[in-house]
Amino acid sequence: MKESLPPKIFLILFKWFCHPNLHSYIEGDLIELYQEKVEESGKLKANLKFLIDILLLFRPSIIRPISGFHHLNHYGMFKNFLKIGWRNLHKNKGYSSINIGGLSISMTVAILIGLWVWDELSFNKNHENYDRIGQVMRSGTLNGSTFTYPYLPYALGGELQNAYSEDFKHIIIASLPGEHLLTRENDKLIRKGIFLEKGGPEMFSLNMLKGTKKGLAALHSIMLSASSALSLFGDENPVGKSITLDNEIEVLVTGIFADFPHNSQLHNIEFLMPWELYLANNPWMENQGFKNNSLHIYAELKPQVSFQEASQHIKEAIFNKVQDDADMVKVHPQIHLHPMSRWHLYNEWENGKSTGGLIKFVWLFGIVGLFVLLLACINFMNLSTAFSEKRAKEVGVRKSIGSVRSQLITQFYTESFLMVLLAFIFAIFLTTFSLSWFNEWSGKQLDMPWDNLYFWLISFAFILFTGFVSGSYPAFYLSSFNPIKALKGAGTLGNRAVIPRRILVIIQFTVSITLIIGTITVFKQVQFVKDRPIGYSRDNLLMVRMTTEDFYLKYDVLENELMNSGAVKVVSRSLSPVSAVWSSNGGFEWRGMDPAWQQEDFATLSVTSTYGKTVGWQFLDGRDFSRDLASDSIGFVINESAAKIMGFEYPVGEVVKWNYTDKRYNIIGVIKDMIMGSPYSTPMPTIFYQGGSLNWINIRINPEIKTQTGLSKIESVFNKVLPNVPFKYQFANQNYAVKFIAEERIGNLSGVFTLLAIFISCLGLLGLVSFVAEQRSKEVGIRKILGASTIKLWKMLSLDFIILVLISCLIAIPIAYYLMNGWLQSYEYRISISWWIFILSSLGAMLVTLITVSFQTLKSALMNPVKSLRSD
Amino acid sequence: MKKFNLGEFEEIVMLTVAVLYNEAYGVAIKKEIEERLTRKVSVGALQSALNRLEKKGYLNSNEGEQTQERAGRPKRYFEITAYGKMALEYTRNTRNNLWEDIPKIVLDLKFSK
Repeated sequence: MKESLPPKIFLILFKWFCHPNLHSYIEGDLIELYQEKVEESGKLKANLKFLIDILLLFRPSIIRPISGFHHLNHYGMFKNFLKIGWRNLHKNKGYSSINIGGLSISMTVAILIGLWVWDELSFNKNHENYDRIGQVMRSGTLNGSTFTYPYLPYALGGELQNAYSEDFKHIIIASLPGEHLLTRENDKLIRKGIFLEKGGPEMFSLNMLKGTKKGLAALHSIMLSASSALSLFGDENPVGKSITLDNEIEVLVTGIFADFPHNSQLHNIEFLMPWELYLANNPWMENQGFKNNSLHIYAELKPQVSFQEASQHIKEAIFNKVQDDADMVKVHPQIHLHPMSRWHLYNEWENGKSTGGLIKFVWLFGIVGLFVLLLACINFMNLSTAFSEKRAKEVGVRKSIGSVRSQLITQFYTESFLMVLLAFIFAIFLTTFSLSWFNEWSGKQLDMPWDNLYFWLISFAFILFTGFVSGSYPAFYLSSFNPIKALKGAGTLGNRAVIPRRILVIIQFTVSITLIIGTITVFKQVQFVKDRPIGYSRDNLLMVRMTTEDFYLKYDVLENELMNSGAVKVVSRSLSPVSAVWSSNGGFEWRGMDPAWQQEDFATLSVTSTYGKTVGWQFLDGRDFSRDLASDSIGFVINESAAKIMGFEYPVGEVVKWNYTDKRYNIIGVIKDMIMGSPYSTPMPTIFYQGGSLNWINIRINPEIKTQTGLSKIESVFNKVLPNVPFKYQFANQNYAVKFIAEERIGNLSGVFTLLAIFISCLGLLGLVSFVAEQRSKEVGIRKILGASTIKLWKMLSLDFIILVLISCLIAIPIAYYLMNGWLQSYEYRISISWWIFILSSLGAMLVTLITVSFQTLKSALMNPVKSLRSD
Repeated sequence: MKKFNLGEFEEIVMLTVAVLYNEAYGVAIKKEIEERLTRKVSVGALQSALNRLEKKGYLNSNEGEQTQERAGRPKRYFEITAYGKMALEYTRNTRNNLWEDIPKIVLDLKFSK
């Protein structure tokens, strides 16, 4: 019989997908049918039929399984490991929850710190030319110390643009940020903004929502941020509409830019206007030459130029132009560029060099975060090993059945990864929930970076790292057991294994105690400064900035109305609010002045005669300004520090010459120092005089009525007299409280870290104590049988740990003293660290230790000896 | 009472296997069904049904002789297991019970049509 076989290719196809067990039978059937078909209706039809049959065979029960028909991996083994691991977690619920809880809390902290650090490091990166933008800084020497400021003289801008332009793509002059009133019909807004040259929007790569980056070309133009545009215009398209600036100038909206993000130095800048408009409003600036320092200059480098080269070129730009001014030559002003990448984190200067700034907190928190994580890993490892002694038998059984050591290692790794993964999931939950609190503490607006690839990569690395670090010891140690010994129950360790744990506990408690001392010191320092006598009375003191021309025109009416309202005790005006020093000047001469004395600035504050009564300053000598004495217009009231510098024993009646006004002034009074600037530093020498410019209204609310009623009365007066200006005020006590935010933040953060460190240390201690208790359970049993009391056993077990904590105290106290002393040095007005802080912290740590330890020691001391002795 | 789960086609395949007795291999079963029920049966459908039934434990299979017309491929003969028989009987009983419980009038009506 003639053999006719179907085409080979079909057979190969069938063989490829068919389950190997079925292949030969089905193929046989197919060939049989094929041959019948060939005889019946020819080869072509048979081939077609054959192909259709094969295609119809492509169904799940016939296709070969993907993995092949025997398992080539250890999937089953891993399944078993996971199952055993899960059962173990269930079996020791208390231990698992402490262990996973501890790890996830530390992970949460590490994630939070990581987010914080990320945010700090990403400051200003929203600008496209981030790595080429710099701010011009000016430094100089006064009385032996070097200052560095971003405030620059007017003439420098033109000088740089004309003579030094070869390195720069842009050189942009900008005003200091200031608040201005924006009005559109009935909508009024007070917003912070800057005036800058027309290349500014392009240099800062504004994200334009409407209009173009060339919006500052015309003199009367304004670019608004999206949020301020929204509150002024709502849904309308603002471009091309006009608004009024400070009730004086009509300006045309030429563009809308997206709000600057929270982590940008320009955050809160809500509008931009042309620098030329600023000049038009402040024509005096153009006559100041290189003298008055009241603007900023930003620059963008050309691509191939480095900051160093550019700074080198412009270094003497001011100095070269002021050779004829002896004072300026003595100060020797030099300028350099401060790169944008360093604006936020490196903004402190000493002797003309950048000395860091916030970067130290980035490092500090970063190290704390790593440390917390590392300690948690070690604790995790410790607790795991302490409890895994119980599993020695399991290891023995597995080994005698035929487990290879590498399989046991894999098993323990699987378990540790399981726990770390669980901890990580909890940590993610915890982070999500605690983020809003954390934002409040740290003053940030952080979000969970769910869509950030780096976050997940780092998290993954983090899980891997923690899993390996924490799983290594149990994996290698437990798998090394000799099965015979393990099954006999003799698999315990000697003292050798306890020593690393002891060292660990000492380290942890050293950190905790240091943090406790640190936290107490920070809180004491803040409290100390808060209680500092400030030289004036800050309650019920209201300050209003005179933002528009109306204030000056209608001031007399306003004052009359205010006094008539009955809500106000006394009103005055001054150059700056009581909570800040805005103006300082040199050029004073007095009798007996040391000729070698290089003019250091006195804070100068122009006031009206009722100022003293309004703020409530306190006289040491002499008298206040009087409205009735015309001669007081050449009178000075000085503060204690100024009197000290001038060196008069009886300053009242002395004459001081002021070169700026070219007048001689009589000192009529000396007041106690008022804390106007930072409450942590010594007060500036201050001179109060009459006749300068006045920008602020100070109002003392009548103490006999409630502050709220007073405030609403005052508001109605303002709205009546100045209907075009929104009533915006500051309270002196609120301004004062703001000065403590940074320190309170440090205090809060270190408080949180302290609690955390204590918690982690306690976990470490618990690991050690349960390890030891496990080891000594037989000893305790025997002692109990021989008649030891519970108290005695408890003492015996706990004493070891108290000694450990004592050692930690001894190490921590000098470290903490050194660190806190260094921290306090940065404040001129500070506490000295008193010994009771150390005693209190040590006692606190001791108490916490005792509680933690007793938890376990009492348990073992109370245990029935039969149970511990029965097992062998 | 364990529930036996037999589809319509599965039942036919099982009955055919029983009918063919010692001669029940792929092609024979296929031809038998096609002949008796005058319907087309694809190799794929048949083979997957056979596999399924074997997995369920209703059928048993063993390798048979290799023949010339199959190009040396062996045959795979099927037979019904005791469990398979129980399943068939169960299905049959349920059918019978249902038939018996139909009121006479329904069938009469149907037939009268």
